[in-house]
Amino acid sequence: MNAPLPGPLNDNPNLDRWVAFPSPGKVTVLTGRVELGQGVLTAMAQIAADELDIAMERITIRSGDTEKAPNEGYTAGSQSIQFGGVALRQACAEIRALFIEQAARVLGCKANELSIRDGSFCRNGTSTGQDYWTLAGAIDLTCKATGAAVRKPVADLKTIGTSSARLDLPAKVFGDSIFIHDLQFDGMVHARVVRQPNRGATIGAIDEDAIRRAAKGNIEFVRSGNFLALVGDNETAVEAASLAAASHVVWQNVEAPTPVQQEANWLLQRPAVDRVFGAPDTANAQGKERYEATYTRGYLAHASISPSCGLALYQDGKLTVWTHCQGVYPLRGALAKVLKLDPSAIAVHHVQGSGCYGHNGADDAAADAAIIAMRKPGQPVRVRWRREEEFIYEPKTPAMIVKVRTLLDEAGKPTDWTQEIWSPTHNLRPGAGGNLLGALALPDPPAEPPPNDVPEANGGGATRNAEPLYDIPAKRILHHLVTEVPVRTSALRGLGAMPNVFALECCIDELAARVGKDPVQYRLSITADARARAVIEKVAAMAKWKADAPPSTGRGRGIAFARYKNRAGYTAVVVDLSVDEEIRLHRVWCATDAGLVVNPDGVLNQLEGGIIQSASWVLKEQVRFDNGIASTDWETYPVLKFSEVPEIEIELINTQDEVPLGVGEVTAGPTAAAIGNAVSHALGARIRDLPLTRERIMAALLKE
Amino acid sequence: MSKTIEFSVNGKAVSVSLDNEETPLLDVLRSKLGLVGTRFGCGLEQCGCCMVLIDGAPEKCCTKPVWSVAGKQIVTVEGLGEARRPHPLQQAFLDEQAGQCVYCLAGILISAKALLDKNPKPSRAEIAQALDGNICRCGSHNRIIRAVEKAAAAMRAGAKR
Repeated sequence: MNAPLPGPLNDNPNLDRWVAFPSPGKVTVLTGRVELGQGVLTAMAQIAADELDIAMERITIRSGDTEKAPNEGYTAGSQSIQFGGVALRQACAEIRALFIEQAARVLGCKANELSIRDGSFCRNGTSTGQDYWTLAGAIDLTCKATGAAVRKPVADLKTIGTSSARLDLPAKVFGDSIFIHDLQFDGMVHARVVRQPNRGATIGAIDEDAIRRAAKGNIEFVRSGNFLALVGDNETAVEAASLAAASHVVWQNVEAPTPVQQEANWLLQRPAVDRVFGAPDTANAQGKERYEATYTRGYLAHASISPSCGLALYQDGKLTVWTHCQGVYPLRGALAKVLKLDPSAIAVHHVQGSGCYGHNGADDAAADAAIIAMRKPGQPVRVRWRREEEFIYEPKTPAMIVKVRTLLDEAGKPTDWTQEIWSPTHNLRPGAGGNLLGALALPDPPAEPPPNDVPEANGGGATRNAEPLYDIPAKRILHHLVTEVPVRTSALRGLGAMPNVFALECCIDELAARVGKDPVQYRLSITADARARAVIEKVAAMAKWKADAPPSTGRGRGIAFARYKNRAGYTAVVVDLSVDEEIRLHRVWCATDAGLVVNPDGVLNQLEGGIIQSASWVLKEQVRFDNGIASTDWETYPVLKFSEVPEIEIELINTQDEVPLGVGEVTAGPTAAAIGNAVSHALGARIRDLPLTRERIMAALLKE
Repeated sequence: MSKTIEFSVNGKAVSVSLDNEETPLLDVLRSKLGLVGTRFGCGLEQCGCCMVLIDGAPEKCCTKPVWSVAGKQIVTVEGLGEARRPHPLQQAFLDEQAGQCVYCLAGILISAKALLDKNPKPSRAEIAQALDGNICRCGSHNRIIRAVEKAAAAMRAGAKR
């Protein structure tokens, strides 16, 4: 019986959706995954090169394109290599097998006499004159994958497992045109949207003359209901008009978020949909002692370095959209609904933007451009958000409250674990029922999406990593999906994993301290999972972890561990820091088991980036509300600077496992918790609310 | 009403005619001169994506009116080097794979060049301080610092462009 096809290949079984041989010596590899700065396209080229036995230089990647590339949903959740990469590998294995079969037929030999050397077919090691391109005409790649072909054994892989240089880096280092912001079309106009402050807000008055005067250039007003765009051929003028519109467009029915709403604790009083997962709540009798603690985190911004940008052209009944979003097919589906077009009348192409780290303004900027383009047929429209627009209107990652309740045995080990969570949704993506921002201002706006979060089968949203991997007899999750919050909320790198791992891994340290155990030893004493133990032991060795270092000296070390989603990469992190009025990170050690690694340097880059970004969230970041979103730029939403970044040492545990495990998001939780634990060690006082601000440090010291 | 402003970019004299001489230098570089390597990040002179050298000094140019650079010498990332002849900094960034999304990198290369022009042997702390006017959101900081150290060493050993 054939092996089941990997998910994305099952969804897109036609082989011509994955690979093409367009001209002699050239291979086109198609993937639904898109480049977000994570190096995924380089990894995909490595995978195809290895499985097809061709040089990487022959490969051109086409990604994120509803006209050609496979539909793989979103590039998110650290799933590109774990699922998309395996699907591409299988597709290439199937194609290779088809070609070998055809070559054997042509050459009148047995398939097992043939091998492939950089695309050329050899018989018992000797060139046959046949190659992929001489044979391509006889093979119909529109056929479906069968699962019959076997992927190469790990020991035979050559390109996979090597640190190939990033294919997209040279163009970026030399300042070439590569980002969506650089796209230019003849006759292109620039546009800025005068943003509706909230759902239901209406335009009261527009002083068009004042806006035109400020623009110092021609401005056209494109309006549909409460959707108002300023359009012109000179971007400087359009930008100036957009700035002026803040004082010359009057909005009614404005609801501005207030400071009290910015704190996680505000969520406790809100309506919610309650859900329960895991063991029934009957295990109370098994534990003798109870321990509980509550942890919180405020709203965060993705804070992408480039503001979102989208381009669109409506011509001859066909809408073409260029976007840096994470899912071109879901965006196409959402645009079709908003614009009342058939999906087949819309083409969506991915063009690189800056790192997004989740659902930022990219989809919304593309929708802005599309809405305007529909009203200006034949004219390419480019929308680029302003910096403050990105900060104010990008979907925020939710504030969260995580309450941990445990029952403990005589040795102080947990026998029963409840993780209770209050959080708004992490899932307002366009294809998941979420609305495109501009559409809310149109006449007849779409209804509010029903309350939903990322399904557990996809790793959960607020519940992600809420279940400890440790050996605890009874574990359960109580999830309060808070439904009425004053800002749009959606996915940021790791979703609920960061607050959940912060809570449970801080709590584990608190439980260890309660019985006077070393945090490393305590973790090992409740973990049988060999791969979990391996990363914990490895990072402890790297950091020369010493049990019983004196606490409360102002210098601290902390450790934390998680397996992302309890099914992706395993990671343990140790942090060394000092605290006076503020926290200074000195050094971070990280050990990760990511299964089969396609590009080790790419994995290290992702892990480093995740550590630094998580450190930034923990030390500095919270979106402030004050009569609206008050975090509007890099001064009101500061992030970690070069001079604040710790030195980082990472080791990959090479398991030679066939299955690659996602890594893009694995460090977020462990880093946050290791910092929390190190701060507690340094201060002799526990801070359970993020970010770890100076005020909270002072308050914790006073309390001691 | 059109006004003409003259300055030099990457060693070449340019003459730009425009109605609004308050137009930011960044817009002129990107829209009029086709030099898109200098990026728009914030329009507030905060993030450093738009860093260029003006008479040798690193400056953010997203709000700098173009009239203010009349007669001055501008260097952008395109002026550092090209694929055939990379600047030692660019080569070091490729060698160290120093970047993820790399949107911030053009500005960082300019800040780094300004540092190495003044201080050929900077410490790690000096490099970090020199780059504090540039934001990197992906977390490539340590690779970037290593690349600058490597370029500095290569330049001290005689690497040129």
